[in-house]
Parts: sequence; structure tokens; C-alpha cells
Amino acid sequence: MSVGRELLRLFAFIRIGATGAVAYRTEAIVWVLSTTMPLIMIAFFGAVTRDGPIGGHSGASVVGYFLATFVVRSLTASWVSWQINLDIRDGTLATRLLLPVHPLVAYTAESIGSMPVRVLGSVVMGLVMLALLGSHALAQDPVIWALWCASIVLAWLLSLAVSVAIGALAFFVDSSAKLMDAWLAGLFVFSGYLFPVDLFPARVRAVVDWLPFRYQIGVPVELMVGALDRSTALDLVLRQLGFVVLGAITVRLVWQRGLARYSAYGG
Amino acid sequence: MIAVRNLRKHYRVTKRPPGMVAALRSLFHRRYELVKAVDGVSFDIAKGERVALLGENGAGKTTTLKVLSGLLHPTSGTARVFDEDPARRARSSLRRISLVLGQRQRLLWDLPPQETFELNRLVYEVPEADFRATLRELDDLLELGDLPRRPTRELSLGERMKCELAAALIHRPEILFLDEPTIGLDVGMQLAVRGFLERYGEQHGATILLTSHYMGDVVALCPRVIVMNHGTIQYDGALGELTHRTRPEKLVVLHLERSVDARDLVALGTLVAHRPLEVVLRVKPSELKAVLADALIRLPIRDLSVQDPPLEEIMAEIFAGRSDGRRAAPAEGES
Repeated sequence: MSVGRELLRLFAFIRIGATGAVAYRTEAIVWVLSTTMPLIMIAFFGAVTRDGPIGGHSGASVVGYFLATFVVRSLTASWVSWQINLDIRDGTLATRLLLPVHPLVAYTAESIGSMPVRVLGSVVMGLVMLALLGSHALAQDPVIWALWCASIVLAWLLSLAVSVAIGALAFFVDSSAKLMDAWLAGLFVFSGYLFPVDLFPARVRAVVDWLPFRYQIGVPVELMVGALDRSTALDLVLRQLGFVVLGAITVRLVWQRGLARYSAYGG
Repeated sequence: MIAVRNLRKHYRVTKRPPGMVAALRSLFHRRYELVKAVDGVSFDIAKGERVALLGENGAGKTTTLKVLSGLLHPTSGTARVFDEDPARRARSSLRRISLVLGQRQRLLWDLPPQETFELNRLVYEVPEADFRATLRELDDLLELGDLPRRPTRELSLGERMKCELAAALIHRPEILFLDEPTIGLDVGMQLAVRGFLERYGEQHGATILLTSHYMGDVVALCPRVIVMNHGTIQYDGALGELTHRTRPEKLVVLHLERSVDARDLVALGTLVAHRPLEVVLRVKPSELKAVLADALIRLPIRDLSVQDPPLEEIMAEIFAGRSDGRRAAPAEGES
């Protein structure tokens, strides 16, 4: 099987993902609005920091941090969990299994396909950030930006792995949607999405550093706003890579066992 | 092309009485029940054959189809499709089959069917020219018109099924597994789908294995039937033979010029229906000629016809156990 043909198939699913992302104009707008939590947090922290910085975060740095959070979340979020859950529950997975393409390849490609819309939103928000705060609100070191690029890809892969693994739990439970909701609750609190993780007490921070949530959002955000030195950045990106590998192993295990169960009981 | 030997598919399902207490108890102690969905079936299907799997709900028809398409793995026994194990879901095999589930859809819900067609073209690596030719052919056979360009979610059930069939056939599969392909369709649409499947089978030499509760599908499409009951094969052979063995009597329908007293009819056969200008009699084949001759002489007949009993009645009789279903069963593997 040639690489060219494989890429062509991949492109077919990417195209479907892209077309699906813009199929509902109203939903697309609602989706954009639903990711505006960082903007709300700007207003919140803006009010809180009016009387002085909190944990080293001034009003301006908070604006930069949450605009970066918006960009990172837009670029790395994965919603494939709900699709997998739905496909397993309503039996649509059967039709995916009968295509001569691995379903996980198809889900990944569809997820990539929905990116152009998200990238567009991120670019707009990045430009807003530059206009409001100037370039000094972003990291100045090209090495950090190189690590940021790696970190964004790894954050997306980690989010995808988490989303696929949790979605595939629908092979074992009635619905995995609630499990994803629980994961998102943890993500919002411990990833740096709702507030920077350095605001946590040291003991909590020590735990948070070994949870996967920060590596889905917080690390690329901290890189983007120049909050990390090279050494720390490299260390965190390597940990991110470790979580991606762990996520991939988990996906493989859950998917294989789930599919074996599906082939034994469901279909 | 398809070879099944002593195939078994058993499930372990949880069993729980209704009610809150039972629900709480089941959290700690679950009771299981073994369901023998398919229990030792064997059959062969040759290239180009059109075969119907018949049976009541839970007879094992859909499970058999799913095993043959690779979605379910057998508990024991073997299934071979193109001389390969379908459970492996080898790409080479997947390219040559298609499964249409009447109650599940393969069309992308948010997008027009054309997008699914295009996706299948790329996934199955159908050359552009072949794709266009197949689409034109499917358009002719199914009268698709502008349906492929309308969002799937806005199509009616029948329109969607037409597009489902088209999507399933873009890569011109050699084997077509159809699970209730006409379910929920109105009579006109059922006829259209049947006609299409018959023409597709003939034109491409495709092998068709279908399940359906609509006996019209079976009569129109499948010369051979496999009757399943509780996971086992009750009959495997020609449809006409099943009719002949299970209900050998013929139905004689008489259209009369004026009404006739029932006492003038009972001597001819068993009276099935007696309306003012129409009479239906059940007659033994050996007595048919004599009965028809007698009726033509004695009764004011405007028109008459001789029919086999409806397949629905035959199936009902087999499953109700009134007929000796096993008597009608040829040896395993016989067709």
C-alpha cells in the first residue's frame, strides 16, 4: 500500500471533518462562544488584580495569559470522545469498522479536518493580543517558540488520546459522555484554563505537575507568554511527550479490549 | 464464496427483574443468562446466488450477517468469506463486501449524500471514471435525481435508503449483505428497492444475502431461503420447495358473476373466504384439475386464479409448530 494512497484516504476524512465543522452555521457560532471562558476570566482577574498583582500576575499579564489560553484551547481541544460514544451506542461504529480504514485513523483525520475553523479563531485572537498588549506580552526567545510548536502538537495529541480513550469506554459502560464531563471538570480546574496553576499552594502544585491536565493547556500557554525559561520548558515538553506516549498506550489497550468486547457482544 | 460450518454465537447477558430493589441488588450481585443467538449452523453460498435468511425476531439472522461481515466473532465454528476469516477484517475482503443495515445509516448525517459517495470513492480507491459511471448507473436504477445534493437529515426515510444503497455500492461489492433493506418504506419504495437489487445482482453477478420480514422482498429477490429458528437452521433450499412441502395445498380464487351458496362450495375444497362475488378455496394439488373442471361447469365463474399460499402464512405455520418444520429440512448444507 503506497504512502500516497494512504494520504489520499486520510485527506478524504480530513475533508469530511472540515466540511462537517462548517455544516451548521449557527452551531459554529455557538461553538466559538462556548470557548470564550478565558475571556470571561480576563474580566474576572482584571477586577481582582485592580488593587495589585496576585501571585505575580498583574492586570496586563492576566490579559495576555487568558488570550493565550483561548488560542491554545482552540488549537488543541478534541471533541472526538462524544462522536465515539455516540457511534458505539447507536451502532454507527459498525459502518466505520467495515470501511477499509482503521476507525481511529478516520476519527483523527476528522479531528484534523475541523482545525481550519479553529485556527482562524486563534489567529484572530492572537492578533487581538498583539494589538492590545504589544509583542512583549509574548515569548521573545525563538527556542521557546520552537518548543511551543512542539508543545502545541503534543497538547493536541494528548487531548486526542484522552478523548479517544474516554470515548472508547462506551464499549464497557452505557455512556462515556459523563466520564468525559468529569475529565473536563478536572481539566478546567487543574490545567491552567480557569486560573494559572502557579496560583495553587505549593503542595497542590506538586500534585498538579504530575497530572496530565496541565500538559493539555497550561504548558503551551506558559510557553507562549514567556513564563518559562529554556530548561524548565524543555523539561515540561518532555513530560508532555511522556504523557502522550502513556495516552497512546492507554488508547491501544482500551480500544483493543473494547473492540474485542464489541465483537463478542455487540456490533 | 461463503462457507459456514457449525457456527455458534453465544452471548452472556445480564438478567434483572424490574424494580428499584432489583436494580440495587444487581449492583452487587448480577445474574447472567446464556443466549444462543446462533447455535451450530452450516451452509454454503455460491457466487451470484441470492439467498434470504428468514426467521422471527431473535432467530439469529442478523447475528449471522454480522459474523459474515466481520463485525461479530463466532463463539465456535468457522465462517469463510472469499476463503478468508471475516473476523480479521482484512482490507482486501472489506473492499469486496458491503453491509446495509436498514436501521443504521452509513450516510454522513450533517452533509449531503454526495459527500459520503465521495468519501467512499477515496476510501475504496475507485477510479474517477468508474465512480462517475457507477453513479450514473445508480442514478438510473434508483432514480436519485437531486437527492445526493440535499442534506441527508432533510431526506425522507425512503430517499435516505436509496442513497444508503448507492453509498453501499459505489465500490461495486461482490457480496451484498442486506439486513432489512426495506424496513419502514412505503409499498412503492419497497418495489423500487427490490427491483433495483434484482437488477444489480443480475448485472454484476453479485451475491446477495438478505434478511427481511417483508416476504415480498424474499419472493422477488431470493430463489433460495434459509429458515432459522432459535439459532438453528430449520430449512435450507428453494423457496418453491419450502412452499410445496409446508403447505402443498393450492389456493383457488374464484371471481363470480353472482353470489353462490356456501353449500355449493364445500364439496370443492376447504372454504377459506366467502364474499358475495369472490370465493377462496384451499384445494389439494392432486384434486386440483377435477375441482377446477367441476367449478367451471357448476358455478357462474367470471374469472379464476390458482395461487400458492402466501409466504407469510407458511412462515407463521412453521414457527407456530403446526407444520412439521423439520420434515421440510433437507440435510445440512443441502441447497
